Amino acid sequence: MSPDQKTASDRNAAAPEPKRNMGRPVPRYDARLKVTGEARYPADEPLNNVAHGVLVTSDIARGRLTRLDLSEAQAIPGVIEILTHENADGLHRLEFGNGTATSISPLTDTRIWHDGQIVALVLADSFEAAREAAYRVKAEYEAEKPSAGFGAPGTETVLAKDAVKSHKEDPAAGDLEAALRSSPVTIDVEYSTPTQHHNPIELFSTTCFWTGDRLTVYEPSQFVYGFRENVAKQLGIDPEKVRVVSRFIGGAFGSKGPMTPRTGIVALASRRIGRPVRCVVSRAQCFTTATYRAETRHHIRMGATPDGKITGFGHEGWEITSRPDSYVVAGTDTTARLYGYGAVWTRVNMVKADRNTPGYMRSPPETPYVFALESAMDELAVALKMDPVELRRINDTMTEPIGGKPYTSRSLMECYDAAAEAFGWSKRDPAVGAMRDGDWLIGWGCATAVYPTNMGAGAARVRLTADGTARVQTAAHEIGTGAYTVIGQMAAERLGVPVEAVVVELGDTELPPAPVAGGSNTTATVCSTVLTACDAIRGKLFHAAASAKDGPFAGRDPATLDLRDGGVTAGGDAGGPTEKLADVFGRMGTGAIEEYAEWMPEGVPPDSLRKLYNGSSTLKGGSKGDKMMYAFGAEFVEVRINARTREIRVPRIVGTFAAGRIMNTRTARSQLMGGMIWGISSALHEKTEIDRRAARYVNKNISEYLVPVNADIEQLEVILVPEEDKAVNPAGVKGLGELGNVGTAAAIAAAVYHATGKRIRDLPIRIDDLISA
Amino acid sequence: MRPFQYERADTLEGAVKAAGTGGATQFIAGGTTLSDLMKLDVMRPERLVDVNPAAGGPAGRIEATKSGLRLGAMVRMAEAAEHPAVKTDYPVIAQALQLAASQQIRNMASLGGNLLQRTRCEYFRQVSWPCNKREPGSGCAAMDGVNRLHAVLGTSDACIASYPGDFAQALVALDAVVETVREKGGARRIALSDLHRPPGDTPQVETVLEPGELITAITVPAGPWTRRSLYLKIRDRDSYAFALASAAVALDLDGEVVREARIALGGIATVPWRAREAEAALRGKTMDEAAATAAAEAALAGAQPRGDNAFKVPLAKQTIVRALMDAKRMET
Repeated sequence: MSPDQKTASDRNAAAPEPKRNMGRPVPRYDARLKVTGEARYPADEPLNNVAHGVLVTSDIARGRLTRLDLSEAQAIPGVIEILTHENADGLHRLEFGNGTATSISPLTDTRIWHDGQIVALVLADSFEAAREAAYRVKAEYEAEKPSAGFGAPGTETVLAKDAVKSHKEDPAAGDLEAALRSSPVTIDVEYSTPTQHHNPIELFSTTCFWTGDRLTVYEPSQFVYGFRENVAKQLGIDPEKVRVVSRFIGGAFGSKGPMTPRTGIVALASRRIGRPVRCVVSRAQCFTTATYRAETRHHIRMGATPDGKITGFGHEGWEITSRPDSYVVAGTDTTARLYGYGAVWTRVNMVKADRNTPGYMRSPPETPYVFALESAMDELAVALKMDPVELRRINDTMTEPIGGKPYTSRSLMECYDAAAEAFGWSKRDPAVGAMRDGDWLIGWGCATAVYPTNMGAGAARVRLTADGTARVQTAAHEIGTGAYTVIGQMAAERLGVPVEAVVVELGDTELPPAPVAGGSNTTATVCSTVLTACDAIRGKLFHAAASAKDGPFAGRDPATLDLRDGGVTAGGDAGGPTEKLADVFGRMGTGAIEEYAEWMPEGVPPDSLRKLYNGSSTLKGGSKGDKMMYAFGAEFVEVRINARTREIRVPRIVGTFAAGRIMNTRTARSQLMGGMIWGISSALHEKTEIDRRAARYVNKNISEYLVPVNADIEQLEVILVPEEDKAVNPAGVKGLGELGNVGTAAAIAAAVYHATGKRIRDLPIRIDDLISA
Repeated sequence: MRPFQYERADTLEGAVKAAGTGGATQFIAGGTTLSDLMKLDVMRPERLVDVNPAAGGPAGRIEATKSGLRLGAMVRMAEAAEHPAVKTDYPVIAQALQLAASQQIRNMASLGGNLLQRTRCEYFRQVSWPCNKREPGSGCAAMDGVNRLHAVLGTSDACIASYPGDFAQALVALDAVVETVREKGGARRIALSDLHRPPGDTPQVETVLEPGELITAITVPAGPWTRRSLYLKIRDRDSYAFALASAAVALDLDGEVVREARIALGGIATVPWRAREAEAALRGKTMDEAAATAAAEAALAGAQPRGDNAFKVPLAKQTIVRALMDAKRMET
């Protein structure tokens, strides 16, 4: 190991020393529970007399189910019941929307919209019997020729702005065509990204039971209130009669955000047989019965002056969606505003095919659209013979070009400079193939990471007890990001108690609602909400202490009081009087103060909390309001490509990120590291292969759907860049869960070009693209 | 998974007796392929005979002598990969084992079972597709489907599924022989190069083993080329992935001149592929880039790519060249 590398690994400690505006690297509350197996995931909930459900899914992508022969399946010992469209009485159709993944409603009719659609649910006393019977269900179809995706006959292309409420217009400014005509340097290029699946290690599952007319659902969910509302709709019952519990989630990445139709089907089955039911979906069926990242295509045009000022930017995107639903990510909302371009023109198209409805997958708009933009930035830098970092610097801006709205904070170039230094960018020889090391071609590349700061309305209950312990309750979600820990940290900080003294309860519709764990909003929203509740407790306590007849704070201004080290204190650091919480509470004659608080970010509709209670999240932020709220980063990578056999490896990656207040440097680093690894994965590995004749996925398992293994990740460094932003929200937090995997693929594509001179514009980049015949 | 009968045998001979020659009985050792395929409903044995207890006997031993190497069929992949004599005198074998699968699987999987590992063709592994190997006569979905991982050598109109293993390539290159036991007809020896059958019209018949015949040991003759040998495996990620292309090479050099070369290829063929034309092209030549390239061209002369797997032809050539040049540089 060279001295340089040693420094890098020292800097990259698992628990980075907090810098300005960063919280302590408190170990995860759930770390020990998870590594010892004590943490109970939803399918682990122990239930008596549970029946096991196994799904039967379609072998065709389009047509009608004409007959289900259940005779062999029903003869398997242990089979209790087989739920099909013929007997699933009381199952209502779902609408596609805020909390639901799709309008495709299996078992409500015989129509087949996509490969692997649910056609039956087998219930048996054992999982083995259910699975065996599921294999023996014989389905007959009237099959129609399906359209698999881009380029297939029979697809329908629709303008997103005509069909989708969340994307009413395509951002544009000025006259792009004129700008390009008068630009001395232009590029005109196309990119594509493949179908990808989330593949959380925890499989999708639904476990449920009925107590009279009340339903309890244990299911990994990124939005328990949304699931409650929608499973109630699917069953035609009152949401008040449903409880959804999801205390630990073993990876989600968006796949467990909107509810899929399985939930209501399993709940109906449980009611029908009068037993608890557990249905854990097979890995192959996870590929077809839930959402995925749709394949996208991009056409980018850019013009620039010889000194690197971008004069025009055009970005047209195409996204695959299902026949019935208009799911679109429309990442042009971000790319159109990322740099200080001159003219901008954008357009987003949906291409409807015989596929399941796609859905959110970690950084849904940014991952594909920023790959295209950042790849184009590198191509433009090459065309300009300019350093790609300098191109970004020249076009950096504090106001976006569409509406002239200011960024609340933007530390993009601070990130670039910190990353360039840590990476050693100044030693880069820009000539293609110039940095060869024996049999290995070396390439260096970089790209921008960017993600909108989203927030939603939320509610929380916080109780501070006289003994100095606290309890926080909110139906937010621990999807593996550290939510329990950072929410506890926020309460501990505001209540002046040790983090160990705070109990946090999440993931249960019995608690006050929090928005979907999506758009990286949880830390910003929930910490702001918890802060609001804590401040109400502080207010009550300080008022009582100051208005008391006696005691050390009698007659003082409540605004000068603080909670610190398990007590009230006055005079800040000047060393004024202090009193233990027990004594303050004692004088008040009370045992605890409990506050329920609601918090709404600026710009959300006033009914957002009511809607949240009714299972609908309204997220604001990013480019949607009067101000631009975004977190930024820069990622630098080294690739090594064998000169003969062309396998691509990433021995080194540096990412720097600025995201307002960092609540916990350990969990933040962990999130960003995971994101960068996923970025490498998206650049080099992940692709769901589709058989275009049948519109069916082929590599429906994680032995052939590749993600990096330990051997693929060598030196990885995360650097947190201090940033303060009081304008985004009270907690000053910008979400970063989806920041780390944006831009990585573009940086790798740039490095591959630098090493080989081959510009690969279609992901993933594999040996196939680089080997010469 | 369908219900099955399960019994254990203490010796391989006992296992063969217990199994008889009925087609619905399977031997199970590590189970790393079989149990997967049973869960997928692809293999539906009615009876399993567990041969793991035999690992305590001669079938679990490795013997290295002057005349060669003898590997019991029940030796685990990990144990053979870490055996000092195998590492020193037959590096191609140690590397082929070490680069296969994951440590957990290598700890479970037996050498005999590994040789019989079944293809990773996704159309074979999912019962809803037609597949001539799984259901003779039903057709081949891979032929014009997603076939990036499929074979370009040894294919037929009925099947293009690639042989997925690594170990067998090393053995084929070194003229290894498997010893088997049968209930009727007794023990026999089969050259590894004859063990696997190219698909032809009967892709469902993957080896020359008879029903109920069991591999007991693998023998590898010593030779002047075994120390200068290596296994090069090219794959999409750095570990735990099947080969896109691989080469097992062994060289006997007189200075820089090739006395003998042994080359076998993986990832690109329907069976462990001995590249005899490439070996012949090298014999008597100075081992240099030009000779290696000519050998690689000879090896792939008969390649028949089908769409997604066209890249495997140039990749396999480069893999051979790189493996040969690396082997030339080896200190022996």
